[in-house]
Amino acid sequence: MEGFWAVFFPVLRVWFTCLVVLIMLPAMFGISLGITETYMKILLKTLEWATHRIQRASRAEEILKRSASNGEPKSAERGDFTLSDVLYFSTRGIESIVEDDVTQRFTSEELVSWNLLTRTNNNFQYISLRLTVLWGVGVVVRYCILLPLRITLTAIGLSWLVIGTTMVGFLPNFRVKGWLSELVHLMCYRICARGLSATIHYHNKQNRPKRGGICVANHTSPIDVVILANDGCYAMVGQVHGGLMGVLQRAMERSCPHIWFERAEMRDRHLVTQRLRDHVNNKTKLPILIFPEGTCINNTSVMMFKKGSFEIGGTIYPVAIKYDPQFGDAFWNSSKYSMVSYLLRMMTSWAIVCNVWYLPPMTQEEGEDAVQFANRVKSTIAQQGGLVDLAWDGGLKRAKVKESFKEQQQKKYSHMVVGDDSNKL
Amino acid sequence: MGSRASSLLREEDIEEIKKETGFSHSQITRLYSRFHSLDKGENGALSREDFQRIPELAINPLGDRIINAFFPEGTNKKYTAREDQVNFRGFMRTLAHFRPVEDNEKNKDLTSGEPLNSRTNKLHFAFQLYDLDRDDKISRDELLQVLRMMVGVNISDEQLGSIADRTIQEADTNGDMCISFSEFTKVLEKVDVEQKMSIRFLH
Repeated sequence: MEGFWAVFFPVLRVWFTCLVVLIMLPAMFGISLGITETYMKILLKTLEWATHRIQRASRAEEILKRSASNGEPKSAERGDFTLSDVLYFSTRGIESIVEDDVTQRFTSEELVSWNLLTRTNNNFQYISLRLTVLWGVGVVVRYCILLPLRITLTAIGLSWLVIGTTMVGFLPNFRVKGWLSELVHLMCYRICARGLSATIHYHNKQNRPKRGGICVANHTSPIDVVILANDGCYAMVGQVHGGLMGVLQRAMERSCPHIWFERAEMRDRHLVTQRLRDHVNNKTKLPILIFPEGTCINNTSVMMFKKGSFEIGGTIYPVAIKYDPQFGDAFWNSSKYSMVSYLLRMMTSWAIVCNVWYLPPMTQEEGEDAVQFANRVKSTIAQQGGLVDLAWDGGLKRAKVKESFKEQQQKKYSHMVVGDDSNKL
Repeated sequence: MGSRASSLLREEDIEEIKKETGFSHSQITRLYSRFHSLDKGENGALSREDFQRIPELAINPLGDRIINAFFPEGTNKKYTAREDQVNFRGFMRTLAHFRPVEDNEKNKDLTSGEPLNSRTNKLHFAFQLYDLDRDDKISRDELLQVLRMMVGVNISDEQLGSIADRTIQEADTNGDMCISFSEFTKVLEKVDVEQKMSIRFLH
């Protein structure tokens, strides 16, 4: 037993020193030693080889898009009711049963080709021994080498966040305090990003959100916050939590103002809007970060933006985030996985690779209401990120769809059969 | 974990479904993934609520009738374990009606009679959307019910009644004030049912 500890401690010391020197310190100061780049290159080569192997073995199946179905219920603009009118509705109904635009957004995106993770193995059968060996090696690397590394880094990052922000919180309100607080936040988020092996490419940095503005982005997972905060400081908005999250929230609050709401306060929309407005109008405060979809979507589309964020006033800075699913699926399916198992999945993926585009600032135009403004911003983000622009509400993940949509369809059909009353002679 | 849904489907089952419905192997596995993703309770069968969860179906005016088509009267044990649940075989059987009719439909030794996606069977599916009580006749009431579902509140009772009357008058040949299946078929003989009731499934 003694011998074990005698060996274990020096190993631990070496491990720790390596960690600090090679990963943490460069991360904190924003420099890169190139280790991650090399890892990514090797990973890419391996996955390309694996894809090649899989495609050789099985003919790639074509994914046929749903062909545009039989148009309208009636062939002419107007026509009397016929018994065949049901055919249109029944076919559309069956089409939506086979595949629909909405429910597929609430589960992880299907990959075109397997990326050697068990979790994405949908229909890929046994191909060759070499591939299986590679997969096995991958499991060992991910669970025994990368996972402990990442957990240690994240733990260090979060503790440093709490300690650092508390220390800064003790300082009196000089200019230095703000600058120091930003530095602490940035360093911690950078360490956390390394803790996820996140490779982030920022585009159009000149459009980065400024103070007194509102930053708006599409939502895929809680990691979005880490991704964005790696390149700038934001004031977070959210509900007060208990537990570990609560500790983090209170610590962050000490060094610079964020906006945390009690659960009861969230229901009062005027209160929420007023607090956000006060924050935005104070031009010295950090830009607010809001995710108007209100829930996590699987990064293939952007769903309806809730208009609340667009009623505050101020300049909107849209940001588009697109993850590369080949290296790891970042989507948090909250009905399937708890936060802890989600983080574990993140840390045992190959890496998190994503692109962040800063889009030019937008403001509400004359004669445009909040809903139209929200849709305009949503389209810009969708277009930049290469995502499908859907009008459906992300809340459909849990809630039922509103009856008014059915009524719309019924009205349209009635119109075709009977027409306006004014037209009837 | 839900990603290895296909492993729960046995090869024998796939072969049987292939014979009965005419879908290809890959189409069946793909639809099984879809079935599995709709099955929130993970008990190998879909209930009416599972279908209602699809927003595009929930706002379809005939959504309830379409869902009904999956739960036929008189539980056939092969397709439903309980009256309000449909298993994968039943699911596929109903979807098979919407398979496109290929020109050179090779006779894939089907169990009995016509393939499920023949013109007659497609028409029968549409007929049963109207015929709620399964008495092989569309009565005036049944027709009014479907009309009401499709137009909502936008047309008055009188107007709807006259539309129903006119439709029955035009279709009814034997004077029983109901539309039988053969009368229904006659009315729709010029309609391209094969094209209107077909959807493209993944190859």
